[in-house]
Amino acid sequence: MAQHEAAILVEEGASGAAHGGSEGGLSIHPMDQFVVQPLFHDGAVGIFTVTNATFWMAMAVLCTVLLLVIGTRGRNVVPSRAQSVAELAYGFVYKMVEDVTGREAVKYFPYIMTLFMFIVMANSLALLPMSFAPTAHISVTAVLAFAVFFGVTILGFVKHGTSFLGLFWVSSAPLVIRPVLAVIELISYFVRPVSHSVRLAGNITAGHAVLKVFAGFASVMGIGAILPVVAITAIYALEVLVAFIQAYIFTILTCVYLKDALHPSH
Amino acid sequence: MEGDIANMGQFIGAGIAALGSGLSALGVGNVAANFLNGALRNPSAAAGQTATLFIGIAFAEALGIFSFLVALLLMFAV
Repeated sequence: MAQHEAAILVEEGASGAAHGGSEGGLSIHPMDQFVVQPLFHDGAVGIFTVTNATFWMAMAVLCTVLLLVIGTRGRNVVPSRAQSVAELAYGFVYKMVEDVTGREAVKYFPYIMTLFMFIVMANSLALLPMSFAPTAHISVTAVLAFAVFFGVTILGFVKHGTSFLGLFWVSSAPLVIRPVLAVIELISYFVRPVSHSVRLAGNITAGHAVLKVFAGFASVMGIGAILPVVAITAIYALEVLVAFIQAYIFTILTCVYLKDALHPSH
Repeated sequence: MEGDIANMGQFIGAGIAALGSGLSALGVGNVAANFLNGALRNPSAAAGQTATLFIGIAFAEALGIFSFLVALLLMFAV
């Protein structure tokens, strides 16, 4: 499946490049930055090929480990800079899990912390010039979202058995409209992984594509390029915010879905 | 489909889909404005509701992202 996805993406990028070239459009095609390429050699992308996506995801994991393990190694009472950032991140996610999901859900905190740190690191590293945004690919975010979806559904059935289906039976509504609501709830439940993954991938894709569109303007405008460069600076600042906000939203929605699985009654 | 008419339809469709992104901006603004409206009336309760604010923004924004996705698919995948 990974091979298939990669092949589609490479094909898409190639046709996109041809598209821009033949019509004399932008000199920098906005979607070329998302092409998955082998890192060490030219040629096709197979299942075990080390690509730029692999490299930047590994960098995200490495940076998380550096921050959380090496950064807190000293365990000083007066924290160093790395330690205070790590403590801030830990406290932030811990409080979020506790507030949204409840105290008994704290045992699922490690998974949620992992999700948050991976996404926020991948998003931030993607903002470096010439880097690659793994979270802009729906194949990456869909894996994260479906892991949450299946995990939460299985957890709900394990904890509550068939009474988990009470999630779809809104007992506070009048009896007449309950079947209609059940259908709506069921549809919205199954749309969850789609919106969960597309939200993250779409936001990152949109932000990076906008940056490249303005870079294309700057490359053809000569002395007037100062205007798009100022715009890029402003959008870049927005993208730094988006990188964090989207990681936060992905994580908090995971907490909300987890709460639904632990307390399914309406 | 091949030819100029098909290309034209593709670009017009992508443009119309882009309207959806703008309309979802209205929705996000509405959520934020109403939150601020309530928060200024009762500032002490506001801090506990920021999570709800972001969840509301996320749901409003998701549909705009869907229309952006439709525009992308029309431009690059069809």
